[in-house]
Amino acid sequence: MINVQDLRITFGKDTPNENKALQGINLSVAEGEFVTVIGSNGAGKSTFMNCLTGELIADSGTITIDEKDVSRWKAARRSSLVSRVFQDPLAGTCEALTIEENLSLAHSRGQKRSFGLAINNTKRELFKERLSRLRLGLEDRLADKMGLLSGGQRQAVSLIMATLQPTKCLLLDEHTAALDPRMQAFVLELTNDIVQETGITTLMITHSMGQALQFGTRTVMLHEGQVVLDVSGEERSSMTIHDLVDMFGKVRGEELDSDSLLLG
Amino acid sequence: MNLIAFMGAIELGLIYGLIALAVFLSFRILDFPDLTIDGSFPLGAAVCATMIVSGFNPLLATVISFFAGGMAGLVTAFLNLRFKILNLLASILTMIALYSINLRIMGRPNVAIITEETILTPFEGQGLPGYYLKPIIAAIIVFVVAIIVARFLNSDYGLAMRSTGANQKMARAQGIDTNKTTYIGMALSNALVGLAGALFAQMNGFADITIGTGTIVIGLAALIAGEAIFSTRGMLMAVLACIFGSIVYRIAIGLALNADSIGLEPSDLNLVTALLVTIALILPGAKNPLKKLMKRGN
Repeated sequence: MINVQDLRITFGKDTPNENKALQGINLSVAEGEFVTVIGSNGAGKSTFMNCLTGELIADSGTITIDEKDVSRWKAARRSSLVSRVFQDPLAGTCEALTIEENLSLAHSRGQKRSFGLAINNTKRELFKERLSRLRLGLEDRLADKMGLLSGGQRQAVSLIMATLQPTKCLLLDEHTAALDPRMQAFVLELTNDIVQETGITTLMITHSMGQALQFGTRTVMLHEGQVVLDVSGEERSSMTIHDLVDMFGKVRGEELDSDSLLLG
Repeated sequence: MNLIAFMGAIELGLIYGLIALAVFLSFRILDFPDLTIDGSFPLGAAVCATMIVSGFNPLLATVISFFAGGMAGLVTAFLNLRFKILNLLASILTMIALYSINLRIMGRPNVAIITEETILTPFEGQGLPGYYLKPIIAAIIVFVVAIIVARFLNSDYGLAMRSTGANQKMARAQGIDTNKTTYIGMALSNALVGLAGALFAQMNGFADITIGTGTIVIGLAALIAGEAIFSTRGMLMAVLACIFGSIVYRIAIGLALNADSIGLEPSDLNLVTALLVTIALILPGAKNPLKKLMKRGN
């Protein structure tokens, strides 16, 4: 489904601040796989995600999604194949627009945007039905401004938006990092349910080793812009958080000061 | 303030309502502070007056003025999107260039069309005095345009444009080509200003190189007045608020200038406008389209 070959990108090339963010990433994700991606700060996780969505265009290497070479496609064009949920709850939704308008924007993703009314009763019914599964009562607040919702509610709506239209893959960029623990658990459960139901190919970046093993079918670790660990199947299911933390330390070439920081 | 002055204020208020609508589109919807309209307003007037003097159909001249304004908006958007020139600066560059272009179009600083045929001509001589006729014609045109704009903003494409100004990254993630929506929005905004210029020239019987000065401030004043007085929930209400705000603003200015006790002269208009807008921006709670400009960065 997703095939990444030797992806490289360098920021600030030929300057003192040169940063080789991605140094030849190779990754092949089969249809229906749920991959969790871990790595320390600056490992290139977010850069990799931005390259997949087209927010960044890589210097070299190829990305194919659903058999299409999308390496040079801009973000808007790729949106027919990939949908994403941002880390920042404020980034994935439009606070100045109402809940139904936000959903309507997502409803037209990958479709031609015409001069028909953005909101009509058919769409409203669909939005209500999709929102009702959240059990947050948002289905009765369709005309409220998005800005009135909490961060967790907005991330939940972002997830609904990301899967409103059929899409080839779902990219989650630490989408629970900014939430309180209760909301974090809620959004993660919701994520898992949606992925299970739709069987959509999913990449989830996370900072939590626990989440990385608990969810998904495969775990990939990035370090200095490369894939340094790739586990799935038996090997993965027998893995504990401690094993993962040890490996994490090994690739960093150092013992971590406080493992507990990563266990959360 | 006598009846003729009052009707004159309504007529001007309606025409400048189109400008308030344009400012709403650029400042509010696209989050693009656009000063091009100081140039595209006289551009619309110049194109329309020159075409009418040259014998073209006044309706055609009005339509061409609409598109001429749209072209000016495209130039500003092009400078900003293609060359990454700061949006405010890009619009100033277009505005200053338009000064020369407008002089070229007219060939002189002022073109009189008071004796020529205009879009008003077919309705004249039907017993309705000009000071009633002009505001009525202006009202019909302006409200039809306003309703079309409101309907557009409520469409799928209009919603895409609104999300472009509100959250570009999210808009792109939803498959919206934000460059394209910005081009179209800027073209539409300035096209409305071009149309306002054409109406102004035909109602007042002339086009002049200086009529553009301060257009943006008047537009902002009308926008702020509208949002302060009227509810802006929903696009139709927001759009109508621009036009009613403009009319209220014109009547207020007219009253101020006509009150002998204050001692203001018509030439004080720009000073009064600047003061009003300043007060509106300073007042707590006032929605402030300029606040973005005061912040650093983009």
